[in-house]
Amino acid sequence: MLLIHCPYCDETLPEAEFVYAGEAHIARPEDPSTYDDEAWRDFLFIRTNARGRHFERWRHTHGCGRFFNAVRDTVSDRFLLTYRAGEPRPSDAELEELAK
Amino acid sequence: MTRFSALSLLKNALSGHKNWPEQWPEAQPKKSYDVIIIGAGGHGLGAAYYLAKEHGITNVAVIEKGWLGGGNTGRNTTIIRSNYLYDESARLYDHAVDLWDGLSQELNYNVMFSQRGVMMLAHNVHDVQSSQRHIHSNRLNGVDNQWLTPEEAKEFCPPLNISPNARYPVLGAALQKRAGTARHDAVAWGYARAASKLGVDIIQNCPVTSIRRGANGAVEGVETAKGFIGAKKIAVSAAGNTSVVMESAGVRLPLESYPLQALVSEPVKPVFPCVVMSNTVHAYISQSDKGELVIGSGTDQYTSYSQRGGLPLIEHTVAAICEIFPMFNRMRMLRKWGGIVDVTPDRSAILGKTPVPGLYVNCGWGTGGFKATPGAAHVLAWTVAKDEPHPINAPFTLERFRTGRLIDEAAAAAVAH
Repeated sequence: MLLIHCPYCDETLPEAEFVYAGEAHIARPEDPSTYDDEAWRDFLFIRTNARGRHFERWRHTHGCGRFFNAVRDTVSDRFLLTYRAGEPRPSDAELEELAK
Repeated sequence: MTRFSALSLLKNALSGHKNWPEQWPEAQPKKSYDVIIIGAGGHGLGAAYYLAKEHGITNVAVIEKGWLGGGNTGRNTTIIRSNYLYDESARLYDHAVDLWDGLSQELNYNVMFSQRGVMMLAHNVHDVQSSQRHIHSNRLNGVDNQWLTPEEAKEFCPPLNISPNARYPVLGAALQKRAGTARHDAVAWGYARAASKLGVDIIQNCPVTSIRRGANGAVEGVETAKGFIGAKKIAVSAAGNTSVVMESAGVRLPLESYPLQALVSEPVKPVFPCVVMSNTVHAYISQSDKGELVIGSGTDQYTSYSQRGGLPLIEHTVAAICEIFPMFNRMRMLRKWGGIVDVTPDRSAILGKTPVPGLYVNCGWGTGGFKATPGAAHVLAWTVAKDEPHPINAPFTLERFRTGRLIDEAAAAAVAH
């Protein structure tokens, strides 16, 4: 059972309260009309699928209902950090510090 | 290499089964090969076997990061069926069932293919309608599938509770009689032994760290824990780790890797004659020849490479089984495990050429790769040997995610595989 920290409720709660919502920091196209088929493929379908540190979205469905971002190691399933939607992606240096 | 027969069994029985020779030799990598296959699961080993047998290409190595058959080949629920909705899928999976039939004889290795039937339950009006649509579509494609009334379903599978008062009443079922199960380890071992006999090197405990490409863009070989190994052609068949390996060749794939868990009970006497799946209640169950109940359902919700998965999913799976078969609610579970499955957006495989010359990929089987083993291996070998896809795997391109020509089995197959 994963224990996940909701950055809005400021509580660490069991996985069953949350729904996974895919890779984080994928920006919607600002001007979709300029997108060709390859750009659409990359936006819609291509994912990092990181083996190791992964930036991902979760939703606190059975709590505040809000989306937030998380950094998780996909080999150990250990969460490094969760942060509110809209906050900038943490830098490698910050994450290295947390991983210690 | 000893040919297995009643005579060789008798001969070895006389010496207490202590003098059986090894089934295939431990191979060390040569400097280079005509073809390198990354991943020694059923798909990779099978492809090596068909390359050697049907295309005369025997200078082949299968490279495996762990031990042979230790990935998803040994981590599934061994279900084999071909009742997929779309024409492309039906052809691919039915090709596999055709090859499963007779595989034991072909490999001289008992893969224990048991056509005990796979029954998919319908619990509500939507299930009945979508099951019947599947059946009609399958029959138009020459794939066997038939509709059973609740009474007929009960006759085929006596443990089924068809009382209208059940929590999830059974309104009928779709039955594929040619479908069934096989012994998954034996599939990997059988292909390994047969391929090795034809000259294929199987190199275990040798992780591939990257794929090396030359100045012209074509593949040159692989960097491994045992050094560089040259290759004219490379086929990647690495399931959940495919996107990591392919990224080293500069190819990004529409894949996400999820844990798919399964569990078995302690062994009991024969109580369960076939495979039963329920997409609505969301679980599937069969009984192995050892007597264990083999149980599975869907993937965990988050991507992971941990080969473990979480307990909430196991709880859900076991709850679903107890809802459908209350008689199992006191069965004790023996062990559970997870495999890392690579899932595509349309839940269909990617099997064919890539933008890199000499690089081929067989991936994206998601939660349903085991059943396809011989078929996927057979057409992958064809694609590598001829540098063009077999008509059966031609629609399963990487290109389809650009053109939009998807094979959307996500909606068609619901959840159970």
